[in-house]
Amino acid sequence: MIADDIQALTTQLARDPSSLAFLPLAEALRRRAQLESALTVAEQGAARYPEMAGAYDLLARIRSDRGEGDLAFDAWTTVLRLDPGHIGAHKGLAFLCYRAGDHSRSLRYLERAVELAPEDAVLRSALDRVRGATGARLVPGFTEPAPDPSRALEPEPGQALLVDRDGRVLAGGVSDANGADAGDAVAAALAGVTREAERAARLLGLGPWRRIALEGGPAHLELRAPTGDSVLLVMRPREIPAGRLALLAERAASSARRWLEELV
Amino acid sequence: MLVAVLAALTRIPGVRGVLIVSRDDGLVVADTLMEGVDGSAVAALAASLAGRMRSVTIALGQPEPVMMHLAGTSGSLFAAPGQSGLLIVAVAAPDVNAGELRLGLLDAAGRAA
Repeated sequence: MIADDIQALTTQLARDPSSLAFLPLAEALRRRAQLESALTVAEQGAARYPEMAGAYDLLARIRSDRGEGDLAFDAWTTVLRLDPGHIGAHKGLAFLCYRAGDHSRSLRYLERAVELAPEDAVLRSALDRVRGATGARLVPGFTEPAPDPSRALEPEPGQALLVDRDGRVLAGGVSDANGADAGDAVAAALAGVTREAERAARLLGLGPWRRIALEGGPAHLELRAPTGDSVLLVMRPREIPAGRLALLAERAASSARRWLEELV
Repeated sequence: MLVAVLAALTRIPGVRGVLIVSRDDGLVVADTLMEGVDGSAVAALAASLAGRMRSVTIALGQPEPVMMHLAGTSGSLFAAPGQSGLLIVAVAAPDVNAGELRLGLLDAAGRAA
C-alpha cells in the first residue's frame, strides 16, 4: 500500500471515527514498520469495537512485531474468547509459543489450526516442522495420559475454584466461613455471574471482561476467565493486599488455562 | 450534598459517569454522566451484577462486598453498596486511577445513608 492510500485512510478515519478504515490503515502502517502509529490506530479501533475479533487479531500482530510477546498472547487469547475458531489466533499463539521454546504448546495450537483449515498446505508444513522440533511421532495405538486435575490449581489448596460456564466444578475447592466445603454452591452461583458479567461488559462497551474483584468480609475475591468457557475464583484473607491478590489470581488463571488446553 | 460528591468523582480523569442506583429495581436515583453513557442501562446492569455477586458471597457465608470492580479490556464498572438500599456506581476508562476512584466511591457509599 502506498503512502497516498495511507493518507486517504487516515482522512477517512478522521472524518468518521466509527469507520472500519482503522483495520486496513493499521495493517498498512504495520507493514511499513510504523508500529507505534499502527498500535495507536489499532488500539482505538479495538476500544470502539470491543466485540470484533479481527481488531484484537490486528492488535496482537502489531504487539508481536514489537516484540511484546505477553501482550500479543493476551490479545490473541481475547480473539479466541470472541471467536474460538479464529485460525489467525491459533497460528499466532503457535508462533509465540514456538518462539518462547514451548514446542508442545505450539504443536497443540497448530493442530487446532489444521483442524480448522485442513486444506492449508502452509499450515500443514508448519505442523510437520514443529512436530519435528518436538520429536513428536504418531505411534499407532498410543493414547495420551489424562491430565492430572490436581495440577491445575496446585498452589491454591482450598482457595481457588475452577468451574465451567454451566456451574460445574472442574478443579479446586473453596470453604465457607465455617470451614465447610462450599465448592458446589459457589460453582452454581458463579455460572450466573459469568453470564451477567459478559452481558454487562458487552452492553456497557467495556470490551470482553477480564476480571472481577470483590472486597469486603473476611476474604477478598477475584474472578477470572482463563478461557471462554470457564471461570476461576481465587480468594484470600482480607489482610492480603488487593494488588497481590490480583497477581495470584493471574498466575492461577495461567495455570488453569494451560491445564484446560491439555485437556482438549 | 451527595450529588456534589458524585460531581467530584466525575472530575477524576477517566471517569465516564457516576450514579446512585436503587438496588432493588435498578433505577437511577441521581447521576452525573458524560454524553453517550446510558444511565438507565448502567443502573440496571450494575444492580443485577451486584445481586449476582451477592449470591457468591452468600454461598461462601460472607457478608456483602463493600466494593465490586468489573474490568474489561476497554473500561471498568465499579459498584459500592450504600445504606438504605442504594448502590454507588461508576463507569470508567481502563486507565483510570482505580485506587482514587475506589476511595471516592467508598466515601460516597458511606454518605448514602
